[in-house]
Formats: sequence, C-alpha cells, structure tokens
Amino acid sequence: MSTTPDTSTGGDTGDRRLLLQDCTLRDGMHAIGHQYSAAQMAAIAQRLDEARIDLIEVSHGDGLGGNSFIYGFSRETEEAYITAVREVVRHARLAALLLPGIGTIEDMRRARGLGVDTIRIATHCTEADVSRQHVEAGRELGMDVACFLMMAHSVSTATLVEEARKMESYGAHCVYVTDSAGALLMHETTERVRALKDALGCEVGFHNHNNLGLGVANTVLAIEAGADRVDGSLAGMGAGAGNCPLEVLVAVLDRMGRGTGAQLYPLIDAADQLVRPLQERPVQTDGNALMLGYAGVYSSFLLHAEKASRQFGVDARDILQELGRRRMVGGQEDMIVDVALELAGRDNGGDA
Amino acid sequence: MKTLRAALLGSGHIGTDLLAKILQRGRRVEAVAMVGIDPASEGLARARDAGLRTFAGGLDELLADPIANSLDIAFDATSAAAHLAHAPKLAERGIRAVDLTPAALGPYVVPAVNLDSLRDAPNINMVTCGGQATIPIVHAVHRVSPVHYAEIVATIASRSAGPGTRANIDEFTRTTARGLEVVGGAGHGKAIIVLNPAEPPITMRDTVYCLCGPEADPEAIRASIERMVAEVAEFVPGYRLVQPPVIEDLRENPLRRPGETPAAGWKVTTLLAVEGAGDHLPTYAGNLDIMTSAALAVGERLARDTQEAP
Repeated sequence: MSTTPDTSTGGDTGDRRLLLQDCTLRDGMHAIGHQYSAAQMAAIAQRLDEARIDLIEVSHGDGLGGNSFIYGFSRETEEAYITAVREVVRHARLAALLLPGIGTIEDMRRARGLGVDTIRIATHCTEADVSRQHVEAGRELGMDVACFLMMAHSVSTATLVEEARKMESYGAHCVYVTDSAGALLMHETTERVRALKDALGCEVGFHNHNNLGLGVANTVLAIEAGADRVDGSLAGMGAGAGNCPLEVLVAVLDRMGRGTGAQLYPLIDAADQLVRPLQERPVQTDGNALMLGYAGVYSSFLLHAEKASRQFGVDARDILQELGRRRMVGGQEDMIVDVALELAGRDNGGDA
Repeated sequence: MKTLRAALLGSGHIGTDLLAKILQRGRRVEAVAMVGIDPASEGLARARDAGLRTFAGGLDELLADPIANSLDIAFDATSAAAHLAHAPKLAERGIRAVDLTPAALGPYVVPAVNLDSLRDAPNINMVTCGGQATIPIVHAVHRVSPVHYAEIVATIASRSAGPGTRANIDEFTRTTARGLEVVGGAGHGKAIIVLNPAEPPITMRDTVYCLCGPEADPEAIRASIERMVAEVAEFVPGYRLVQPPVIEDLRENPLRRPGETPAAGWKVTTLLAVEGAGDHLPTYAGNLDIMTSAALAVGERLARDTQEAP
C-alpha cells in the first residue's frame, strides 16, 4: 500500500477526503427506460448506505421533471421514489438531478421538502449561465449545490474553465467535468480536471460513461488530478455503456491504498444480486454504446436510437453517427426520430 | 396610416428584431422610442439611426419625458423580472403593454389561435417563442380531437438566446406549459427548452407531442395540422413541417404515466423548423421572428381595433 503522493500527476492522493457519489438510481434509470420500482430503489439504496457511499442520487434519468414523451415516463412518481429511498438511508446524503429547461425551481423545492440534501444542476458545457437562478435557489433552500458541465469533451479546456467559473460565482459548492458522451480520452480527463482544480476555489467533480471502456481509468485519473467528488454506479448501471462501475472503482482505489471509507463486499453484492439482474439490455461497451463515445453522442440517446432503428428500419449506428455530426446536445432526444426519418427517406430513394 | 405610437422596451435581440420588423412591415404601428439600459447597445444605435428617441436610463427615463404622453403602446422585450416592475408603471400612464417576456401577467395571445380575443386587456402576454411556435399545433389537434396531454420541446441556437432569455429559463417552461393548456386547449401541458451551441448555429426546432383519446381520427388530425402550418406561415414564412406528422396508435398499448391511469389513444408527433427572416440575427434565429412577428400582428390588430372604434 502506497501513500506517497504522486507528484508527476500533481495529485494529493493521501489526505483529502474523496466523496463517492452513486448514480445507480438516477443514471441507471436510462438503462431500463426509467422503470425501477420504488421498492427496488429502496433495496439498492439501503445497500449503498450500508456500504457508506457518501451520496446517493435519485430521480428520473433526465432529472426532476423528466417525465415526458421525449425522455420517457418513469414507472412510479418522483415523490414515491424519493420517499422510499429517504426512508432507508441513514448515513448518505440524498441527491437529485435537475436540468434547467426540463425541471424547475418548483420541482427542486418539492424535492427539498421530501428530504433531498444535494441538488445537482446540469447544463451543456457552454451554457452555464442558464443555471444561475437554479443555483441561487438551491443555496437559498440550504442545499448542497453541485453543478454539471455536460458533454465536457466537446469544448476546449479554456472554455470549460470559463463556464465553471460562472457556476462557482453563482454559488456552486462543486463543479463537475461531466463526460456525458463517454468520449473523453485519458489525457483530456486529466487536463480538464486539473484545470478546474487550479481555477476554482470550490470542489471539483467528475462523472463519466464507459463508452470507450475508460470508465474506471478516467475516474482514477480525475482523482489523481485532484477531483473531490467522483460518480459511479453499481454494475455501471447508467446510460450508454454505463457509468464508472462503483464497486470496481472502490476495489481499484483500495488496491491503490487510497482509502475511501466505502466497503467493498456490500457493493459487490448489491451490484451482482440487485442491479445486474435488472439489466434487460446489458449495460456494456457493445457496438452501439461504443458508437456513442466514438461519435461524441449524449449517452442517454442509446435506447431511443435503438427504438427508432427498429421503428424506421435504419441502422442505429448510422443514427448515432448522424446525431454526432449534427452536434446534438443533451435533451435533444426528439432529433433521434428526425434523423431516423431522414435516413429512412434516403434509403428509400427519397430526397428528404 | 399610422395610428398607434409605440415604444420598444429592451434593446437586446428581441427588441432589435421587433424594431426591424416595425420599420419594414408596420402598417398602422409606428415605433417612436426605444428604451435600454446600456447606452452603447447596438439596438439603441439602430433605433437612433432610424429616427427613434432613445433612452438608456430604463423605463423611468422614458416616462419622465413628454414623449411618454403620446404613447399608445409599449412592447416589452426585457425580462420577466423587469416586466413585473414595468407593468404597473405603464398601466398608470394608460400605455397598453404587449409583453414579449414570459412574465405572463396579462392574457396569452397566439395570433394564429386567438387574435380575436384581445378586447380591452391593458396587458397582453405573448407567451414565449416556443409557445408561439407550438401552441398553434396543439390547438390544431385539439380542434379536431381533444388533447389530454401536450408536450413541446423547443431547441434554439445558443447565439439567439440573450441574457434575458437565459435568466428566464424557469419562466419559459412554466409559461409555455400554461399556454399549451389555456390557449392550446390541452388538459395538461409540459414544456422543455434546449440551447444548442453548434456552429454554424442550428435553425430553431420545435417538437410537439399530443396525446389524444381512442376516438381520434388520424387523417383529420393530419389535415388540421397542415392547415395550421400554412396559417402560421402567412406571417412567419419560414415556419414549416420537417416531416409529415407521425401518428402512433396506442389503443392496444396504452401510455403509462406515473400517477395517471393508463391512456389508450393516439400519440401525435409534429416536427417543426422555424427559419427567421434574417432581420436582426441570421435566419437560424426563428425563435426571434416567431415572437416579434406575433407581437407585430398583435400591434396591428390593436391599431385596427382603435381605428374602427366609434
């Protein structure tokens, strides 16, 4: 076990307390079309809490207010999910996601009333200023406020720093480098996290997807570059090829001598016994999921693109490549049908 | 003949685009003053060049000037929060407000649907750009088959969203959702807005989802939507269907929404693009055009009503 800080990566890997944030119950919703039952969520949350994971996120995959035709309707209500998880969690902070433009401050207030401690406010990585009213409202409600700069692969590190500074100035406690497309390469991860760490006084977080098979590796690099909070999901349960698998991350950090305070066996048990059996479509870096990372496409487009592929008879990989070419951002799931119809028209000799 | 003397409040994208439209196409509406808060703004410079009086000290400066006594109407293109402060001041001076912010104090007007309902409201709200683009479609479906739930997704180019729009994302979603219900006729409405920073900028896109009952007639819905698109295109020529409406049969496969009983019926998806006239920002910014064109249509109607009044 090594406790020597690795100065070559500039990380302080020993002293600082790293926060582990679970996304199984939020990002994992994408992997099953938002169909967890509240009881399933509570059972998973209980294990996460027993394993001493610091934060547990609960909401529709697209955050509070995400129930919709475009993103899909969840099996139970937001209130049922949050209430069920709140009842079983003893140690962890409860978090919820909110995307300005989809969810509202009213949704945040309701979640706060149901016992949510941390609000995670996500914007596209060039649009930080739309989060101002939500960050301020979260602070007024006394919440821990973490901000996401989504699709962080799609802009320069300088732009990302500029946008992160805005979020910090509105009152964010933490700003995340969010690799929504699972498209960040390893050196890009290190560069972005370190740049935010250098530029900001608040905490820095890292969230990613395993579309290029770099889920754990990039998360470890983010920690070495100074990340204060990192995200993962049990068995990777998340959009696309899934998130950084939490139990694997904890095992790796353990072997690195980077204690997290989290317990490995309950996480492994929960991943194997509770979460993996729910994955009707395996959450893995298969062809279509790989294409997300390769083309730089928002990970939650995966199931929607596969559905459109079946409905309109076009190759899902072509749909995903075209979405990447058009530089679609998170939330534009409506363009999947648009692209599929256009591709179907081309295939039929049409000029659409 | 010009019969309505108008002030423009706000010298940002929307105010500047509206100025261009009034100057080029205003028949009965005359723009006489523009108010901003930045003396160096491009919008105020354009207004000065066009011969308008300009005020960089906000609405109070305009109201302290004698020109205020000659005003009939003020188009407010500032922000929802600013309009809350402007509205009582305008009302006190008897100046009718056409509110282009999502403040939603007055009744909602969407010209292709309810232009005839203006009557005497001292404050008229133009909903939102997304509302102006999508509420006509919800109404078009609803007039042939009741819409139980309507949902819209408006995607605009980042460059077309000024600071007012960015500060008002919550107001946008709330006001648009309410407009889908009150003007569109939907039993329940939901609105989503997405900003896309792609370069070159993307044209405004709007997707409208309607849930109808099992009795709906897909052909009647399709025809009604096509008729409505043509009507809106009369004043926003770049308004068009990207694809024919996609109508899915959910009679055997009811829609399940949390907290609601399963709904067997029809799902109608309408994919729209709104290309602008390129007056202030380039043509991608159809969100400006649909809003300012609608506001000008309201102004022209108010002018006609004034003229025809005994």
